[in-house]
Amino acid sequence: MTTDVHQLDDGAWISVNDSREVNVSDLWLLARSDFCGCETTDFLAEGFVKVGVDYPDIQARIAGQCIACGESGVTDWLTVGRVVDPNSGEFYGVDHESVHFPEKRTRLAHPEK
Amino acid sequence: MPSKVEKWKDEVYGNEIREHLMEFAEKGWDAIPEDEHDAWFERFKWWGLYHQRSGQESYFMMRIGTPNGVIKPGQLEVIGEIAKEYATGPVDNPEFGEAYCDWTTRQSIQLHWIKLEDIPEIFEKLEAVGLGTQQACGDSWRNIVGCPVAGKDKHEHVDAWPVAEDLHETFKGNDDYSNLPRKWKVAIAGCDEGCGQGDINDLAFEPAEKDGELGFNVRIGGGLSRKEPRLARDIDVWVPPEQAADVAHGMSSLFRDYGDREDRFNARIKFLMDEWGPEKMRSVLQEEYVDFELPTAGEDMRDQYSYNTGSQDGHNDHVGIHEQKDGNYYIGLNVLVGRMGADDVLELAELADEYGSGEVRLTQRQNIIVTDVPEENLDEFTSEPLLENYSPDPSPFMRGSIACTGTEYCSLSIVETKNRQVRYARWLKDNVELPEDHKDFHIHLSGCTASCAQPQIADVSLRGMKTRKDGEPVEALDIGLGGGLGDDPRFADWVEMRVPADEVPGAIKNLVNNFEDAREGGETFRDFVEDRDEETLAEMVEPEETDYHDPYMHNTKMTWYPYAEDDDMQSSPAPTDGSGEPLPSDD
Ligand code: HEM
Ligand code: SF4
Ligand SMILES: [Zn+2]
Repeated sequence: MTTDVHQLDDGAWISVNDSREVNVSDLWLLARSDFCGCETTDFLAEGFVKVGVDYPDIQARIAGQCIACGESGVTDWLTVGRVVDPNSGEFYGVDHESVHFPEKRTRLAHPEK
Repeated sequence: MPSKVEKWKDEVYGNEIREHLMEFAEKGWDAIPEDEHDAWFERFKWWGLYHQRSGQESYFMMRIGTPNGVIKPGQLEVIGEIAKEYATGPVDNPEFGEAYCDWTTRQSIQLHWIKLEDIPEIFEKLEAVGLGTQQACGDSWRNIVGCPVAGKDKHEHVDAWPVAEDLHETFKGNDDYSNLPRKWKVAIAGCDEGCGQGDINDLAFEPAEKDGELGFNVRIGGGLSRKEPRLARDIDVWVPPEQAADVAHGMSSLFRDYGDREDRFNARIKFLMDEWGPEKMRSVLQEEYVDFELPTAGEDMRDQYSYNTGSQDGHNDHVGIHEQKDGNYYIGLNVLVGRMGADDVLELAELADEYGSGEVRLTQRQNIIVTDVPEENLDEFTSEPLLENYSPDPSPFMRGSIACTGTEYCSLSIVETKNRQVRYARWLKDNVELPEDHKDFHIHLSGCTASCAQPQIADVSLRGMKTRKDGEPVEALDIGLGGGLGDDPRFADWVEMRVPADEVPGAIKNLVNNFEDAREGGETFRDFVEDRDEETLAEMVEPEETDYHDPYMHNTKMTWYPYAEDDDMQSSPAPTDGSGEPLPSDD
């Protein structure tokens, strides 16, 4: 089975195979990003703008704000979790409180708005 | 490429959703195939059902659309009974108890904790008295809003209520308009106070005179969501009341055909207006969607508008006792943050019957109006004990408070809203003195940028955020100032960002004191803000801890229900079966 990923309710959450997996309102620590001038961006996720699969990663571009400096915008692609076995479809979320590295580019199997 | 939601809508949407919904309800929650959850929950919105947030799976918010906020005699009792019987969840709300109704900023009603299995019974009860949930959410004609005292008010020039009712009848369940690119919000008003709030709707009809005839000017493309607030723009069209429906047909067809179906974030007509401008909007409407010559705009009444203008006169929020044109009275009752316990709703239904005609109306400020009360009943009605809590003469901080749903039920939320705003209002009432001449002071709290509480058009705008306090993440609010409607509508300036939620009451107190000290003569708060730059204003908002205590600082969205004793996400009983017993969860 292919992994089915989309954002719903105006970007409120990411659905992976019809299960609500990642929600807005969490804080993510972003390192080596040019989102803002802070060394690590203390990023409040306010809405999922784009989601996609780059097997085995589930990725998203997230609208939000650095709560340290106030810069707001949309992140580059962030890995929000993994579906290691497409047959089971089981989703393993990343720990959003650990440090993440947004990527500029990604090969998306199923990009979706 | 059309969005995923568009694909689901192509398969099943509109009226036909109902038979599927009924079948699922009959068989129970488990009957919805697991790999079709997202598609069905998206579709259920069209019938007024919105799946509640994470941790509350299998429970729905149900919205009942009451056009123009009119609740006819006999209907309020049924609404109260349904709330009492079906709108109860696993845990009570500490401020509002077990069952309650929310009166919304678009003159609708929201109930929570609704079980799929109860929907057929609820629909039957609603429909037996002419109420319904059809198109209350979803990509369709939403509940039509307007002046809540249409047909009653002395300031009225055109009675917009029959027109609103006609639009409601024409566009509810109409297959030609059942699948729009996005929501379609319409306002219509015939009074010179401006209480239809047309400026923040997709399509607005506002009273105007042309060649001695009364009708409506048309504005298009207002809305507040997503840090992209827009005021509706004048397209230089006037219609007589009997042709309002033709223009509405034309405009909603135009939206259906030209709205963006590839990117839901760009779908509202305000973005098409950005792209086209009002002249093109008018010419496409004229050339492709109406078969008569559209008259140019008539003379409007905007310079007389008083509603939410900050001018401190006019009937503003409709709270209080006002004479109707037939000599009876309407009594606007303040409902703090729009939430009313089901027992209170039932009692009010009785009182409305006893003292008035039994009709009540909802306002766009989350309040309720009892209409048609003869003068001789006024004293007795206003001394009813129920009116101590729902006062026709409340503190400005109580009457000015509006709050959205927030983390209690909403997926998009960042912070707790209604219970917090209740606590704010009480604290402000006890601790802050507004200048003598300020009876209206609006504080609107929205849990996120979707702006359901319409923060941008308040004197003090509050919007959900987070910050760190002593290193720990806490709920916070952005503070904006000086928004409002009227002839010269203005969105709030966001002046102080990410204020920890427990420092907001102190900030408002300092702001009010600084305003009192610095204002010149009879300067109103709104003018005061307009005349000063952001920096000066930011200095006047001094966030400060006070004896106000906030029990919701702790990232309430990470709980399954913010007020549960054990609020840990893992302790959620959801999903549950029709009788509320936990079901094995799929993850
Ligand atoms: C479960 C989630 C949600 C709840 C409980 C909720 C609740 C409400 C309520 C109570 C109202 C006023 C009543 C009405 O429309 O009849 C409202 C209006 C509104 N909602 Fe939501 N809402 C939700 C999701 C959203 C989302 C996802 C958006 C995203 C765009 C949104 C945008 C708005 C806007 C912009 C308004 C009114 C302001 C205006 O008139 O422009 N809401 N919502
Ligand atoms: S403003 Fe945001 S938090 Fe509040 S009800 Fe609307 S979507 Fe939810
Ligand atoms: Zn930063």
